[in-house]
Amino acid sequence: MIGRALIHAPATAKRGDIMEIKTLVSHVMESGYRIGVTGQPIPRDIIEDFVCTYNGEEVFRAKLYPAIAANPFISFFTVATESGTLTFSWTDQHGATRVQTAAITVE
Amino acid sequence: MKRAAAAIAALLAAGSAIAGEIPLDQRHSDSDFISADTRAMQTDDSQNPAMLAVLDGETLWNTKAGETNKSCADCHGDAAVAMKGVAARYPSYAPELGRPVDLEQQINLSRATDQKAPPLPFESKELLALTAYIAHQSRGMPIAVEETAQTRPSIEAGRALFERRQGQLDLSCAQCHDDNWGKKLAGNPIPQAHPTGYPIYRLEWQEVGSLQRRLRGCMSAIRAEPYDYGAPEMVDLEIYLMWRARGMTVEAPAVRP
Repeated sequence: MIGRALIHAPATAKRGDIMEIKTLVSHVMESGYRIGVTGQPIPRDIIEDFVCTYNGEEVFRAKLYPAIAANPFISFFTVATESGTLTFSWTDQHGATRVQTAAITVE
Repeated sequence: MKRAAAAIAALLAAGSAIAGEIPLDQRHSDSDFISADTRAMQTDDSQNPAMLAVLDGETLWNTKAGETNKSCADCHGDAAVAMKGVAARYPSYAPELGRPVDLEQQINLSRATDQKAPPLPFESKELLALTAYIAHQSRGMPIAVEETAQTRPSIEAGRALFERRQGQLDLSCAQCHDDNWGKKLAGNPIPQAHPTGYPIYRLEWQEVGSLQRRLRGCMSAIRAEPYDYGAPEMVDLEIYLMWRARGMTVEAPAVRP
């Protein structure tokens, strides 16, 4: 299950500014290679895709793999073009998606 | 296992005389022994994974529970005010039990008496989240566990435990953390073991965990039988360690390797 997410993105920016956006999401990222206390393998459970769109336009995408640690932290840069909404979505291997948004005002 | 034992024996032999308790002005937070990357992860709230637990804790603080259908906030109000400095004083004497309790146990005491709710299990996500949220309110404040007539027996018992050799490796906590801190054990620096940042996010665990979990890990490592969660001996050790770290800055929730 994808837990809560923490987004750090500027609320306001000047047009043309390069903005750093940081995201942290709660997830076990179970690799599927570990053995549980009963001796049975712990099934793989990971987030596979992360996408950020800026007013509908995709500005960043990442594919995640089993070697990525729990609670993935992803940071990236994008250029402030217009006021609107940054939409972040994480999708796990079962197809469940968590979406979070951040509003931005560009002057 | 044999090699580890030999390494520890060699380390202790090299450690010459018993150094004893660390002078107050020579104490270092465990943050001084971790990598710059891990430290950056701890200090930047947007990177610190324990902040996810703090947020969960905030939700729980405001969630009604138990037969009385009250939330923590219904009695205590704003945690930023009511809980400021509280974690820095724990473990603290609980008159109803006649002995000190740690923060986790105090939360469960409050659940039992005020909310009439069942206790949250040790190391459950909920208990860790609430503890992390409350501890976060004391960030930057000095640890203020008091030595009083009521807490002294527990502090003394904790000190005795800390200094007592135990387990198949026949080691005491003090032999590493008082006498040989700053040196390496199996490639890792030995910290002074000041519990300034609990609950911590430990990279090895990939999750948030309590001081008791950490202490149990150390006990297993010296091949001793760990005390159960909530055992009085655990609280004795916790209160001694917090008293030993008195005046140091609360860093909760900290990140450790």
